[in-house]
Amino acid sequence: MPGSAREAAGLPAPSTPHHVPQHGGPENPSVAALRERFPAAILRSHVMWGETTVFVAVSRVHEIIAFLRDDSAHAYNYLVDITAVEYRDADQPMEVVWHLRSLPWQRFLRIKVELPAGAPLEVPSMTDLYAAADWIERECYDMFGISFNGHPDLRRILMWDTYREGHPLRKDFPLRGRFSRAEQLSQALKIDTSGGYSTVELSVAEAFNDLPEDMKQRLRDKRTAAGLSTPASDETPR
Amino acid sequence: MSRRTIEMAVGTAGLDAYGKPVRAPLMVRDRETLTVDAPFEPELSSDHMLINIGPQHPATHGVLRLVLELDGETVVRCVPHIGYLHCGFEKIGEYRQYNQIIPWTDREDYLNSLGNNVAFVLGCERLFGIEITPRCTVLRVIAMELSRLMSHLVWMGTTCIDIGAFTPFLWLYQERENLYNLLEGWVGARLTTSATRVGGMAAEVPDGWMDGLNAFIRNFPKTLNESDKMLTRNGIWMGRTVGIGALTAEEAINCGMSGAMLRASGVAYDVRKDFPYLDYETYDFDVPVGTSGDVYDRYLVRVEEMRQSIRILEQAVQRLPDGPLNVDDPRVILPPKTNATSQIESMIHHFKLVMEGPRPPIGEVYVPVESPKGEKGYYLVSDGTSKPVRWRIRPPAFVNLSAIPRMVEGHMLSDVIAINASIDIVMGEIDR
Repeated sequence: MPGSAREAAGLPAPSTPHHVPQHGGPENPSVAALRERFPAAILRSHVMWGETTVFVAVSRVHEIIAFLRDDSAHAYNYLVDITAVEYRDADQPMEVVWHLRSLPWQRFLRIKVELPAGAPLEVPSMTDLYAAADWIERECYDMFGISFNGHPDLRRILMWDTYREGHPLRKDFPLRGRFSRAEQLSQALKIDTSGGYSTVELSVAEAFNDLPEDMKQRLRDKRTAAGLSTPASDETPR
Repeated sequence: MSRRTIEMAVGTAGLDAYGKPVRAPLMVRDRETLTVDAPFEPELSSDHMLINIGPQHPATHGVLRLVLELDGETVVRCVPHIGYLHCGFEKIGEYRQYNQIIPWTDREDYLNSLGNNVAFVLGCERLFGIEITPRCTVLRVIAMELSRLMSHLVWMGTTCIDIGAFTPFLWLYQERENLYNLLEGWVGARLTTSATRVGGMAAEVPDGWMDGLNAFIRNFPKTLNESDKMLTRNGIWMGRTVGIGALTAEEAINCGMSGAMLRASGVAYDVRKDFPYLDYETYDFDVPVGTSGDVYDRYLVRVEEMRQSIRILEQAVQRLPDGPLNVDDPRVILPPKTNATSQIESMIHHFKLVMEGPRPPIGEVYVPVESPKGEKGYYLVSDGTSKPVRWRIRPPAFVNLSAIPRMVEGHMLSDVIAINASIDIVMGEIDR
C-alpha cells in the first residue's frame, strides 16, 4: 500500500516541496544502499531540484533495477517511465532514463545509463520485471532507435511498420521528416493496407494453414511487397 | 493447439475458454458474486475469427484499432494498434520556448487541457526555481479540479452510451457545458484553454466568476446524484460491468496503472496524497479505493472522485486569498504593457522575453500530477537555452491502455467495449 513502509518507519507524511534548491538537498537513501551493493556499477549520482539521479553501468542496469524492485527496504515496485535524452551537443552521450517509484516508501528515483557516440544503442529490457515496460520500451525504440534486449515484441508503435524515415526524436532528424512531401505522399499511396495484417502477430496461423495454397502465396507476396518480413513458419507462437 | 469451445449461455454466469467464470451473474448481493456451473459444453468447435474494431469506430473513443481473435464470442487474443493521431508533440516542443509549449499541452489530453497547462508549468517552475504566489496556487487547484470534473463527466457520459444508456449522457453533458461556460468567462476558450504561464496564469478570474463557480458547486451534486441513482444499482449496468476486466492489485501495479484504474484494484495511490503539489496535503479530501478492480469499481471510484473534487473546490473557494497572481520575477514575467511602450528598459526586456524566451538553468525535472486519467508527468531537460532539449510526456492513458489485452482476453466481445470505456482513454494523449 502506498506509504505503508514509510508510516511504519515513522517518517513524516509527504508534503508539497517549496524552495527546492537547484543542487544538493537530501539524497534518496536507496543510493547509499546501491553504492554498498554494487560499488563498481554505480558511476555517480547527484541531487537536482530535489530529485536523485544515479548513473549506472549499462551492463548491470537490469540487475540493479531488479534489486531495487525486489528488496523490501527499497521496493521500487512501480515503473513510471522509460525514455531517452539526446543532447544538442553531439559530444554529450545519449542517455536512457528509468523513472522508478516506490509506492510503500513514497520515493522517486531516476536511473540513467549513458550511451556514448559509437556505442551500440542497446540496453536490457525491463519487461520481465515490469509489465508496464512493454509499450514504453516500444515507444522509446520507435522514437530513438534504442534496442531493448529481451523485449518480446520490439516493433514500432506510434509510427507504422513500414516507416523508413528513421527515428523521429533523434536530433539529426529534421522537424518535417527526412523525405519530401511528394515522397511521403507517394509512399503513403503505395502502402497496401491488406498487407498490414501480420500472421505472426495475430496468431491466426491456424486459419492461415486452412487457406488454399494460392491464397497463402498471395498473402506472402503482399507482405513481401509491403516490405514486411515473411513469417519463418506458419506456426502460431501460442 | 486444441480447439476451444465457445460459451453458449450469453448473459448468464458461465466459464470462459480457460474454465474461469467470466460473465457477471445477474444477481449480486452485497458484492458477493454467485457463480453457477457452466451449463454444458457442446462440441461446437469452429475456426477462430478475426475481427477488427476501429480505427474509425465510435466506441473506441478516437482512433484506436483493436484486432481481436475470437473463438465464438470469446476474445482469445487482442492486439491494439495505436499511432493514428501521432503528431510529434515532443519533437515540436524541442523547437519551442517554454511558454509556447503550453498550447500543445491543451491538445494532447484535450478533455483535461486546464490540468495539462497547470502540470506543464509546474514542471517549468521547478526547472526555473520559481515559487508561485498563494493566490495562483489556489486558482490552479480550482483549475485542476474543474478539469478533473470535465474529464470525468465526458468519461461517464460516453461510457453510458457505450453500455447502452443515453439519458445520463445528456444530463452530464449539460453540466459539462456549464463548466465550459465558466472557462470561457475566465480564459476566453472552451477546449484549448492555454490558461497558465510560467510563473502565473494568463488571466485573473473576472468579477462575478466565483459566483458562477459557487452556483456550479451547489447544483452539480444534484445531477451527479441523479446519474448515480440511475446507474449504480441498475441491473443492466451491473450486469455489464461487475466482474468485467478485473485486475488484481499486484497486476495493476506491475502494469503501471494509475488513477482510477489503479485505485479500483485497491491501491490507494493518488499523486495528490503521495507526492503532493500545489499544497494538496492541506486540503481535506479522501481517496476512493475499490476492491475488485473491475469496470464497476472503476465507475464507483470515478463517481466518488467527482464528489471529492467538489469538496476540494469548496475549500479552495473558501481560502482563495487576495494578492498578486503572477510572481514578481523579471526572468519570466513580461513588464506591464504601459511600461513596455513608454520606457526603453521595459521595452528591451519585453522584446528579449518574447523573442528569445526565458532561459532556465541547465537541469532536469520530472513533476507528476494526478490527472483524471492517472499519473501524468512532464519530464523536462534543459541545456540552458530557451528551448527544452527534451520534453517528455508521461501519458497515463498510454500505459493504462497497454494492459487492455490482459483485461479483455477471456471475455466476450461486448465486454471489450465496456473495458475499453473503463480505461478512459484519450487518443490525443496516447499518440501525442
